[in-house]
Amino acid sequence: MTLERKHIETIAHLARLELKESEVAVYQESLSRILDFVGELNRANTQGVTPMAHPLPGLSQRLRADEPAESDRHELYQSNAPQVEAGLYLVPKVLE
Amino acid sequence: MSIHGKTLAELAVGLRNKEFSSVELTKLFLERMEASQRSLNAFVSITRESALAAAAAADSRLAAGRAGPLTGVPIVHKDIFCTEGIRTTCGSRMLDNFVAPYDATVVAKLKAAGTVLLGKTNMDEFAMGSSNETSYYGPVRNPWNSDLVPGGSSGGSAAAVGARLAPAATGTDTGGSIRQPAALCGVTGIKPTYGRVSRYGMIAFASSMDQAGVFGAGAEDIALVLSAMAGFDPRDSTSVDKPVPDYAASLNNPLKGLKIGLVKEFFEGLDPQNEKRVRDALAVYQKLGATLKEVSLPNLPLSVPAYYVVAPAECSSNLARFDGVRYGHRAENPRDLLDLYKRSRGEGFGAEVKRRIMTGTYVLSAGYFDAYYLQAQKVRRLIANDFDKAFTEVDVLMGPTTPTPAFALGAKTEDPITMYLNDIYTIGANLAGVPAISVPCGFIQDLPVGLQIIGPQFAEDRLLNVAHAYQRETDWHRRVPTAYK
Repeated sequence: MTLERKHIETIAHLARLELKESEVAVYQESLSRILDFVGELNRANTQGVTPMAHPLPGLSQRLRADEPAESDRHELYQSNAPQVEAGLYLVPKVLE
Repeated sequence: MSIHGKTLAELAVGLRNKEFSSVELTKLFLERMEASQRSLNAFVSITRESALAAAAAADSRLAAGRAGPLTGVPIVHKDIFCTEGIRTTCGSRMLDNFVAPYDATVVAKLKAAGTVLLGKTNMDEFAMGSSNETSYYGPVRNPWNSDLVPGGSSGGSAAAVGARLAPAATGTDTGGSIRQPAALCGVTGIKPTYGRVSRYGMIAFASSMDQAGVFGAGAEDIALVLSAMAGFDPRDSTSVDKPVPDYAASLNNPLKGLKIGLVKEFFEGLDPQNEKRVRDALAVYQKLGATLKEVSLPNLPLSVPAYYVVAPAECSSNLARFDGVRYGHRAENPRDLLDLYKRSRGEGFGAEVKRRIMTGTYVLSAGYFDAYYLQAQKVRRLIANDFDKAFTEVDVLMGPTTPTPAFALGAKTEDPITMYLNDIYTIGANLAGVPAISVPCGFIQDLPVGLQIIGPQFAEDRLLNVAHAYQRETDWHRRVPTAYK
């Protein structure tokens, strides 16, 4: 499997990663090799095997009563935000 | 013997017998940590002030006779656990300025048990690595030889305990990140059953495998800490509601009749010197009354490829939260929202993290999902079935923890596949969600290696019992590198 430059650019876009020019070739090479390596999985006969999403048999999604469980700590949480105004997170303009 | 050379269990007794105070211990270990930073770089943060305050409070409880088994014992946390009011970086530029607004459950529980937090340990970025070289804060070095890696991703924690900079350290293990560095640094490290320890406040990497555990000199130390940190947590949806036994209570159970399975696939192509150390350990178990039986886990050779589909897939999803908006690194002067996302993430994440995010994005993308992701999940099922079958025949499985002792810094950074293959013996337990422990079992050219013991789900008590029985017969776990004696 050889990934082309345009594949890396598409993957990076889907993953919302800006790559430097020098990184593109590096990832082209290493991702191609990783996909070859994991391609070994096709050796296994998995006909009729149920995919395993997690290792706990019988685990089901636990639900709690729909009641407030935490106090309002938004100011503390927003102290880690890069840009906040009037209790709101700021981002570049999305709608013109 | 020096005070820092004592095990956590011995220090806990010494505190209760007033041989030394918690403040004295705390100062002693803080000084060792600070003095080691230039040579080992094991810590991202050293929390001197809050540690001394916590130690003084512990001394009051000890004086008043209100102490528990861990009151006043100093520990360090891997920098993946959120610590309220203390910087929590996960080894990444992305979280360089992040001060956690709350404690992880592991942190809160160990605080409630009276432990004294000395600092946060260095680690591979977002726990992705096997050598601690992907950290934004520079590599940790191995206390047995500073030209070598300590293993990863919990490399700072393993090096800290190996050099006796702290008597115990927390870690996390998604594919071997506790057991592999434990083996390379000559300490004991356990990865509990998936769901045994809460993951609340533990920064997520691959959610179907991530599990918190602990490093100590020996199994006895781990038993004390794990008893305090394990248990149900309503805040973690994958936490299992099952009582936690007192792991210290079963440490001395006799091993007579124990059935040990030797995993055939672990010994195929194993370095002869490494095999010799494992076989010597098995002979000790035979002397203690255990029997050996070869077992085969035929799908185990596919565990590394299965892991390198499942783990990157989950990582690409988990790390989508880092968007430069709510916390973490934000690029300067973004043109628009897309530019903000892309540049914040491109600048904030290091090379290996980006590689895993992209691998995960690819295997989850339209047209490749069935061929890679679903196939990996099916192989995962086959591997888990192999473990289930083996545990109908034997009580525990044994083999090496790593293919080799510690390797040189830079030796495997060029080729990700070579690096990934370090975890060839450890990844199976993560895919199956079973507990496993690495126990020091000797040296190859003055470098420690580990014996891995794997048990069925929720058999941590058995693993610690089996490890402790070996450590009563041997002293590998008491060896300390000359420079840190």
